[in-house]
Amino acid sequence: MHTQSEIGYNSKIEGDVVITRIDAALAWFRKNSVWPMPMGLACCGIELMAVGASRFDISRFGSEVMRFSPRQSDCMIVAGTVTYKMAGFVKRIYDQMPEPKWVIAMGACASTGGMYRSYAVLQGVDNIIPVDVYISGCPPRPEAVLDALIKIQNQIGTEPILSKMNVVAQLTGSSKS
Amino acid sequence: MLNLDSANQLKARFGDLISDPVQFRGEVTVELADAGQIAEVCGFAKSKLGFNYLVDISSIDNYGADPRWTVVYELRNLANNAELRIKTDVSEEKSELPTVLGVWATANWHEREIYDMMGLRFAGHPDLRRILMWEGYPYFPLRKDFPLAGKPTNVPDVAFTRITPMEGGPFVTVPGGGDSIAREPRVRVPENAEPGLSDKQLAKK
Repeated sequence: MHTQSEIGYNSKIEGDVVITRIDAALAWFRKNSVWPMPMGLACCGIELMAVGASRFDISRFGSEVMRFSPRQSDCMIVAGTVTYKMAGFVKRIYDQMPEPKWVIAMGACASTGGMYRSYAVLQGVDNIIPVDVYISGCPPRPEAVLDALIKIQNQIGTEPILSKMNVVAQLTGSSKS
Repeated sequence: MLNLDSANQLKARFGDLISDPVQFRGEVTVELADAGQIAEVCGFAKSKLGFNYLVDISSIDNYGADPRWTVVYELRNLANNAELRIKTDVSEEKSELPTVLGVWATANWHEREIYDMMGLRFAGHPDLRRILMWEGYPYFPLRKDFPLAGKPTNVPDVAFTRITPMEGGPFVTVPGGGDSIAREPRVRVPENAEPGLSDKQLAKK
């Protein structure tokens, strides 16, 4: 009598062939492993920590690996008030991140300067670096950060990878060698 | 009573340099006539009166009045919880007074902050650099003649500033009745700016 249960593990999956395009597969890998660069500058940084903790659990979306080195991260989450004094460092850290890279402006301050209409505060981080998703709120709920991450993932999922690489190769002439 | 006693002892020691103590809700303030003596007065307050904790130093810009600056020292005696406030005036031409760093080491950063925000110099301070803004920033932003929106500056490779847009401002709280929607800062058309009316009520009118 055949008693093997298939609950928990389907042995038929292994060995099967899934047909897809390499572009789609790469995009799928990429969008489910977005490593954030936590740029916690003010109170939004505390809410960002909540996103990483167990209740909201950003690892459900593959982004639990907060990298404190820009060299290892894909998506900078600017969480908090960007002062002019800090602006240069934010730009420098962004420049150190390898391509491809994305930016989330979390909260009112990072998006527009928020309530700080003052001589000391940069009026939106998009003055110095390109922003992909803005999150409203002061601070935003952790769910809103997850929503922004999903929006980034959807964007990554539609981006062509190989064709882009071909263009880069043609521009730099590296394909001829 | 304790606060007043301390102030009277200070006056007994320095005489006419110290004004009569002013008491308001238990807080005692004395004014020092000559800012150049602040280090001696503070030294006496610490060594003889036991004010071993400098709570804060702050500065006031009396823009348009003479003398322009007032510097305020908040002292506390941690043994008996006596408190004392010493105020002293500094003229705009001078804009300088002695450091009290030799009395309380914590004065170091307080004085740097006043230098950074107001431009008052502290003679004898060993490290009078800016503490909040960056080296090379040309203005003193908490002076009354400095605009809230700031001024454009650029120190290459360090930091820049731009003029902040102030459309719809000033965003100030309106006193009086009404709910928080009516009272709290938002864009107000000046001719409709009746206190205590929400935008909805204004729209109805």
